[in-house]
Amino acid sequence: MSRCLCDRSIDHVVLERGEVAHTWRTERWDSLRLLTPNWQSRLPGFSYNGDDPDGYRTVAEVIEFIASYAKAVSAPVLTHTTVTSVRRTETGYLVRSDQGDWLCRAVVVASGACNIADVPSFANRVPRSVMQLTAQDYRNPEKLADGGVLVVGASSSGTQIANEIHRSGRPVILSVGEHIRAPRVYRGKDLEWWMDAAGVLDERYDEVDDIARARRVASLQLAGTPDRSTLDINALTEIGVKLVGRIGGISEDGKAQFSGSLRNMCVLSDLKMGRLLDRIDEWAQRNGFDARANLPHRLPPTRVEPAPRLGMDLASGEIKAIIWATGYRPDYSWLEVPVLDRKGRLQHDGGVVSLPGMYLMGTQFMRRRKSALIDGAGDDARDLSAHLTSYLDSGVARIRA
Amino acid sequence: MADASSIANNGVNVAALVAAREELTKAPAAAQFKWRAACEWKDGTHSHSTVEGFYGLGQEQHHKKTFIFDADHPELFASEDKGATPVEYVLVGLASCLTAGIAAVAQYRNIQLRSVTATLEGDMDLQGILGIDDDVRNGFGGIKVTYKIDADAKREDIEALVAQSQKRSAVYDIVTNPTNVTVVVD
Repeated sequence: MSRCLCDRSIDHVVLERGEVAHTWRTERWDSLRLLTPNWQSRLPGFSYNGDDPDGYRTVAEVIEFIASYAKAVSAPVLTHTTVTSVRRTETGYLVRSDQGDWLCRAVVVASGACNIADVPSFANRVPRSVMQLTAQDYRNPEKLADGGVLVVGASSSGTQIANEIHRSGRPVILSVGEHIRAPRVYRGKDLEWWMDAAGVLDERYDEVDDIARARRVASLQLAGTPDRSTLDINALTEIGVKLVGRIGGISEDGKAQFSGSLRNMCVLSDLKMGRLLDRIDEWAQRNGFDARANLPHRLPPTRVEPAPRLGMDLASGEIKAIIWATGYRPDYSWLEVPVLDRKGRLQHDGGVVSLPGMYLMGTQFMRRRKSALIDGAGDDARDLSAHLTSYLDSGVARIRA
Repeated sequence: MADASSIANNGVNVAALVAAREELTKAPAAAQFKWRAACEWKDGTHSHSTVEGFYGLGQEQHHKKTFIFDADHPELFASEDKGATPVEYVLVGLASCLTAGIAAVAQYRNIQLRSVTATLEGDMDLQGILGIDDDVRNGFGGIKVTYKIDADAKREDIEALVAQSQKRSAVYDIVTNPTNVTVVVD
């Protein structure tokens, strides 16, 4: 966004509570790799030119990438500046920070969609003898006690964490709710390549049937595996991870209950993946890619044992830790403006917030399916900076008139 | 799937359902419903239950008539078999909920149904309710639902109907997830 505002000669500052790429420096586990391939991180005037376009960046490489971009575009970043509140004024907004106040006509909220790990309320009934971490504060298996681990959540974070913990010798039980299975490589190409080429990632928020639902859908169960292998539930059961259903509750005496819906969760996910692959195959056929790609194929159904267990005594010693990989929500507590709905979600139309002069960036399906990806920032910033510019211009016209 | 020009008719008023969804999104208080049943003991294991009123859309509502359900145990339990067993009513509830969901989802996806039949089987080890073995639960060990569906759709689309119906089914949720139950004596 800063780059696009510079292109339009809009005077602005970027306020950053820590260093550039702060959350990547502070809220990621050690082994994490970006789930999109190197070639796909394309920012306005900046893209990958290394010798491993199909690889996945480590956390250190992501930090380096974002920091280099900030330098390359000479973004006017004020680091170690924490915004404490945003309020309306007659002509725009008052932005308070721990480094002083700013008056501005427009505000872009780019504070991220994953500020707070969402943990179910019944987590407070977990016995004290069990260590609890979220995907946000988990770092590596060695920080956990020896013994079993319950990983709750089977999206991208949960499956990766379950994989490395189980491989460290700590038996993992994975609680599986809704998730979206996806092969890492399909017909010889990265799934992201297909989704990019077939226009899936460019689908706009005003073209889908139910955008509210599309924004709530879990992210793809993808991992940036160095060997480009698929890390799905079958890969985890293969190494001995045990599956249970979605966690439904914990009783006062510390007994967890798991839903009997595990099989349907896996069927839904397999069917959804099938529809995505059908769409890719149709696109490949129509666009002459059949000759250049491997043959279409389908993954075997997700295996679920006949009678997965439905309960667990958390105090029995069977597990020593729980990792909550149950999703995140944004922190808008500093927004002292009436822009949230009754569920605390920021109301916006493709990133144009309901208050004039306020914009959003980088949330799930904000403007396009790729909006939450690094690769999605460019197109969204181009659109929204144009809107922002015309908003500022209309204000100038009004004042002059 | 039916071709785009034909409109499926499964007898489900999707337009009304979609309109209701929009209305209740705007007015979440109206979405608060209470479902009720009353039960009276007759004799032995025989009881007589009725369903008539419920609460929703901000006010008391009524069925078109009072529905009556007799429950009992079969003769091999030394009962008189004056009605289905309560656990069979659970199977009926699950089957009818999933089946209604299949019809609604099919209508929404413009899939014409020709026939939908389900058979249900719940496994139960009576050592639980008879107090013979504390390690055996009272309820079903598992429930198997088998659908036979004839519709203008590919097999994957029919499977997706059944999967989506489970995802949005109240009784499926009640059966697969814990629910707080409070029983008091007035």
